[in-house]
This record gives sequence, C-alpha cells and structure tokens, in this order.
Amino acid sequence: MTKSSFTRRGLLKTGAIAGAGLALPTIFTSRANAYMNEPKGGTVTLGFNVPQTGPYADEGADELKAFQLAVKHLNGEGDGGMLNTFSSKALTGNGVLGKKVAYVTGDTQTKSDAARASAKSMIEKDGAVMISGGSSSGVAVAVQGLCQEAGVIFMAGLTHSNDTTGKDKKANGFRHFFDAYMSAAALAPVLSNQYGKDRKFYMLTADYTWGWTQAASMKEFMEGEGWNMVADVKTPLASTDFSSYLTPVLNSGADVLILNHYGGNMVNSLTQAVQFGMRDKQVNGKQFEVVVPLISELMAKGAGKNIEGILGSSNWNWKLQDEGTKAFVKSYGTEYGVPPSQAAQTCYVQTLLYADACERAGSFDPCAVVPALEGYEFDGLGNGKTLYRADDHQCFKDVLVVQGNDKAQNEYDLLNVFETTPVEKVMYEPDNPFFAGGDLGQCNSGA
Amino acid sequence: MLGLNKKDFSLFVFVTIFMALAPIIFNLFPTDSALGFFNGGYPDMMQRFAIFAIFAIGFNILFGLTGYLSFGHAAFLGVGSYAAVWMFKLLGYNIIPAIVLSIIVSGLFSVLIGWISLRRSGIYFSILTLAFAEMSFRLAYSVLTPLTNGETGLQVYNDDPQIMAGANSPDAPHLFGIKMNSASTINVGPWDFTFPVGYYVCAILMLISFYLSIRIFRSPFGLMLRAIKSNQTRMAYTGLNPRPYTLAAFVISGMYAGLAGGLLAAMDPLAGAERMQWTASGEVVIMTILGGAGTLFGPVLGAGTIKYLENVFSKMNEGLLHSWFSFLPDWLEAPVVWLISAFTGEGWHLTLGALFMVVIIFLPGGLVEGFQRIWKSTRRKTSGDDDANAKVTPAE
Repeated sequence: MTKSSFTRRGLLKTGAIAGAGLALPTIFTSRANAYMNEPKGGTVTLGFNVPQTGPYADEGADELKAFQLAVKHLNGEGDGGMLNTFSSKALTGNGVLGKKVAYVTGDTQTKSDAARASAKSMIEKDGAVMISGGSSSGVAVAVQGLCQEAGVIFMAGLTHSNDTTGKDKKANGFRHFFDAYMSAAALAPVLSNQYGKDRKFYMLTADYTWGWTQAASMKEFMEGEGWNMVADVKTPLASTDFSSYLTPVLNSGADVLILNHYGGNMVNSLTQAVQFGMRDKQVNGKQFEVVVPLISELMAKGAGKNIEGILGSSNWNWKLQDEGTKAFVKSYGTEYGVPPSQAAQTCYVQTLLYADACERAGSFDPCAVVPALEGYEFDGLGNGKTLYRADDHQCFKDVLVVQGNDKAQNEYDLLNVFETTPVEKVMYEPDNPFFAGGDLGQCNSGA
Repeated sequence: MLGLNKKDFSLFVFVTIFMALAPIIFNLFPTDSALGFFNGGYPDMMQRFAIFAIFAIGFNILFGLTGYLSFGHAAFLGVGSYAAVWMFKLLGYNIIPAIVLSIIVSGLFSVLIGWISLRRSGIYFSILTLAFAEMSFRLAYSVLTPLTNGETGLQVYNDDPQIMAGANSPDAPHLFGIKMNSASTINVGPWDFTFPVGYYVCAILMLISFYLSIRIFRSPFGLMLRAIKSNQTRMAYTGLNPRPYTLAAFVISGMYAGLAGGLLAAMDPLAGAERMQWTASGEVVIMTILGGAGTLFGPVLGAGTIKYLENVFSKMNEGLLHSWFSFLPDWLEAPVVWLISAFTGEGWHLTLGALFMVVIIFLPGGLVEGFQRIWKSTRRKTSGDDDANAKVTPAE
C-alpha cells in the first residue's frame, strides 16, 4: 500500500533540493591529476625522510645537509657542485622542468612504522612527488613499498641490504648505494691476502634485513676463500652494550671478528671489542683481527683511534681525486665546513639523478621517470662510470676497500682508500640467489 | 533512542556528526595559504585519529571503569596487526577476515595475560602488564622472527599464497573491491577536502565501538566495574567475586586494541614490532588521561588532540621556523628559533610532555573537564539569574 500526496510545498522543496544537487558539480571543480601529486604551481616538492633520532641519527643529519645542498644547486644557488661535472647536461640550475624545487623533511626514527607514517604525510599532505632518504635498509624497504603503492618515486638513500634491490625490489624504487654482496665480493680477496687463507671468523650481526644479507654474503665469500665460520650471532638493532655478545668470541677459537654493524651500533661494538683487548690478542698463533664490512666516515669518527688499521668497504670517499668528487667536496665544505660522508654523497647524487631523469623525461610522472632512469649510464658524480641497471634498479660502479688511517692528520682524515675494486669484479646477474625471489612489478603513477 | 538516554544519545549524535565531517573540520585553512600547514585533514592523519580513538575507548573501559592501569596495551595492538597482515598474506587483501581474526587473536592473548596479571592489583598489575608487553616486543624482534619478520616488519609479498584473492582483486587492502587507499577530493574555492574510503571504514567502526562503550558504561556490568574501582575489598565482602568482572573488562579492552591494530594494518599493510613497545602503551595512557579518564568522550578527544599535535609539531623544521620568524631582527630571531625548535620537529614530545603536565595539574579530569568548565561559565553568564535561583537549594 502506497500513499502519495503532491503538495505545492512538497514540490517546491523537492525542486529546490534537486536544483542544489544539480548545481553542486559546478561549485566543486575537480582538479584532475594525471598522476599522484602532479605539481601544478611554480614549485615541485620533494620529501626527505631521514633518521633524526635513533642509532643512525648522525648519518641522517649528514644526509639532510646533502639534500639541502642538492636543492640549492638545482635551484641555481651556490656553486653548482656536481652539476658541472655530471655527464648529463639536462639540468641548468633553473629548478626542474622550470619549477623551483621545494622540500619537506621527516624523521624515520629508524623504525619502519614511523618512517611509513612520515612518508605518508609527505605524500598525502605536502604533495611530495619523490621520497628519498633512509639510513636503514629495514626502513628503506618499508618506505619503498609504500611509495610503490602510493605512486611516487623512491630514491633510496643509504641502504646496503641485498633485499632493497633483490627480494624487495619495486618498480618505483631506485638505489645508487652499493650492496652487501658487492662489499663481500670486494673485501674477500683483500682479506685473504692480508690475513691468510686459514682463518676462523666469528660474526656479530645486526638483526634485520641488512645484517642478515650482509652476514650471508660475507659467509659465502669468506668460505669461498677457505675461511671457516665459527658462529654468526644476531644482536638487536637497539642494543648499545655488546659486552655480553663479545665475551664468548675469544673463547670460541675464532681469530677474526666480523662486525656486521652500522652507525652507532658499530661504534659501540668496535669500541668495546678494542677495550676487551681483542686487537692485541694472539689466537691460533695468529694476530686477532677485526673487520667491519661497511665503514663510513661518521662511524670512523665515532670510533676514534679504534678504527686504525681496520679494513672495510665504502661506496665513496671524499679523498677520491676525480672531478665530480672534488667539485662536491668543495661546495659541501664551503657550505658546512666539513667534508661530506658517503651517506651525504649518495643522497646528493640520488637527488640530482632524479631531477635529471625528470628533465630528460619532460615530466614528473613516475611512469615517465622510471624508463628515463632504467639502463641509464652516467659519469662525473664521484663514482666513475655508473650504470642504473634496468632489471633491478641497482647502480653498478667501482667499490672502495678502505682502511682506518693510523696516521690521521685531522679528524676528517680517518679512512684511506686501500684498493678500488673495479665494477666487473662485483657485478652479478639479476637472478643471483642472493637477490632472487623479487619482482619489480609495474611502475605505478597513482592515477 | 537506540537504548540510550537523551544525554548519551545527543553525545553519540554529536560524535557521529563530528566523525562524518572530520575531513572538513580538520581542513579549516585553504590549502595553499600560509595557515595550510595547520591542516590535518589528510587520510593518514584522520585514519590514525579514528584508530587511536578506538584504542583509547577500549583502554578507558578498563582504566576508566575499573581503575586498573594497564601499561601493556600496545601488545594487543601489535598482535592484532600481525594477525591482520597474516590474513592478508594467506587469504587475500579483503579486510573483513583480517579484522575479525585480529579481534579474536588479541582477545585470546588478553585472556592469557589478563588471567595472570589480574592476580595483582595497583602498581603490581601495571608492572606485570608492562613486563608482558616488553616481552612480546622482544619476542617479536628475536625468537618470533619467522612469524613477525623482526625489525623489517611483516609485509605482504608478491609470492604469498593469498588463496581467496581472485585474478582481478585489488593489490591493496580493500572491502569487497573498494580500496582502502582510494579517496575522492572535492575542491571548494581554495579549499581541498579529501574524503578517504579508509577513514570512513575506521570512523564507522569507531562509532560502533563508541556506542558499545556507552552501553557498557550504562549497564549493570559497568556499575559492577565502577564498584571495583571504588572499593574492591568491600565488593568482595558483600559476596561478589570481582575477578570475572575485571577479566571481562580486560579482555574487552584487549579486543578493542586488537581491532585498532587490525585497522592499522588494513590502512597500511605493514606490522612493525615498534607498535608493541612500551612507548606505544604509554601513548594510549596519555591519550585517555589527557582527554579525561572515565568519561565517555575523553578518550576520543585525547586521541584527536595527540594525533593532531603530533602531525603539526613534528613537521615544524628549522627552515620553516626561520621563514615564520624572519620578521624579527636577527639577534632575536636566532634564539627564538632555537628555543622553539627544541619543542618542535623531533622534539615535539617535549610539547606533549608540557601539555600533559598542564592538564594533569590544572584539569585532573582531562580536557573534557576543561570544556565542561567553559560550558558552565558561559551558561552562567547568559542565564545567570535562573541558575542562581536553582542553585540555592540547601536550606540551612
């Protein structure tokens, strides 16, 4: 049973509502975007997501300085730095694609959750088209996944885990920094030359993706050199006291200690190992040695005299003598009064590479930027000839084996380049078992 | 209406309207204006607001009614998140099984922890729950790595089974095909209002949770819980065993936390162990007390305040402060920026601490008490005479 009654008042009401409904679309003008966060005004926003607190805070602060310097150079301020030595001449110091570069910063706290929240607010609130930074592989992997889902480009900062461009690689993510596999490939021949073939090693490993892949790579290559592993002990990333992990080392029969630690972790574990007198011990009739596969200037500074003579690997060092390095060290030094660390260099270069790719692609659209970076060969950014491989979005370049300087002239002269391992020695196939299982997927523009 | 008295019903309607219009309320300022910085109306912030409101509402059922201060509620949040992500990995990205399982798993987990912890009360109970939460956090980092993926955080990979996912299922958490991360943006003049799907899913669940909490507060069961708070010993002497009631309250609030954890994972399919850390447990305690423990609306208000302040203060970096204070002379600008930067950016917890202290000292009943005082004083001003007449009742 239905009851309908048309009244004049009812009709007027309905008419008014319907009219308002029809008028709505003309009030709400939708600004359709071709892709996520398409810059519409005179600026383009980049998001720099670095650890400002936690064990990697020093690296984060340095990365942020480098990002700020890169933005200055892109906008035509300062002396231009590596823009002058970069093999591509697409960037002219006039912003990117005629838009002034602006940036927002966030704190990852070296925690995946916090880093993702911070990156999300950069994308959703500040309209960032690219996220860069991260000083931890766990964070880099988490944020890279987020950027893939959201449809923005992720230019990884300092992340050394194999997984970043292996198991967890994503089409929207790119890494300039080298990885654990390359470190191990470069270090293994040097270590067996220096310390002999018949060695037993003990590893302390930071318990997350980077530590795991670093430990696995070191094990693979050192056993390839005829060394034997005694134990691989995982330590939580948040630990500051490693004495309970170090005590068993000397009684284990091992004569080499490999510290798969980074940042504040490594400073603490190395310092404590030296305090335990490990470097003065003789075990199995041989000198006890400590190896730190991934060393940075900031860690060397933190560890002070303890770093002397220690072997490790680096992505880059400010003492290199190529044109790109000289230009970068000069403009960074003028700006901040200290030489840059490798974390700073990789972040600076990543920002430039992204800007250059946008310029060459003629768009900020992630699906235009990705092909511009894939298979791209460049030079003049401090690492010599470099290739961005299309299969896994990983850069391939020479790897430095470095040694703690025992004749340091000043507080920045802490690492010497012991040997430069050419890129052919550290190159691997995309389907290498250490990197297998991942899938780049399709680029996502978030449209 | 809905089994609520008039006052509660109007509160519920108010909260419903607030949640529905939150994308507009949080975006008061035009997007490109200088004040646009203070906008909080972007999806992630609003989702967190709704989710943490659920968490705090649940916590308030335990703390506000029984007075049992749990310092380990983040453990249930974390367990809920892990359960939800596992559902994504095994079954597929539909959020329904994920959320259901996260509530069930955290419910079971809270039965276990509650059963042991509730043998003690007061400070001992707090320490026990804190210990359990820290234990869960450490386990998630170390021994349980195969289950939690440790430091990296549990996430969904392309080669996960996802047996319920069809060929065309979305590649992100969804509700029968509607993706959580989709949103529609409406531009009104210089304003941009974003209406995210994920937020409204959270908001609806939050309103259901809020309604349930009102019903619990007004039920005989709620009265029993209040009796435990006022004097547990007296209650025991009258022949009532308080333990089943406290355990029930503990499990209910654990399930609320599980729901919040499941939703966190549904909005962003990654579960990190940091969610279980004691700082996360502390956060919900602060939210509840800041808003007003034991009140219905307090936890919602506390969650909103903290999430909004976090969003605004943690994003103020030194560059921004310099641009704001550039009108000051140089000798004054530097110290002002230095002083303020200690309270912003990564130091925003200082601001939170200061605010918390102010509220605790001057408004022990939380922000709700503050609003009630303001409300009373305005009413007194407008209709002073009537109130004055009504007040003079005790005849001496």
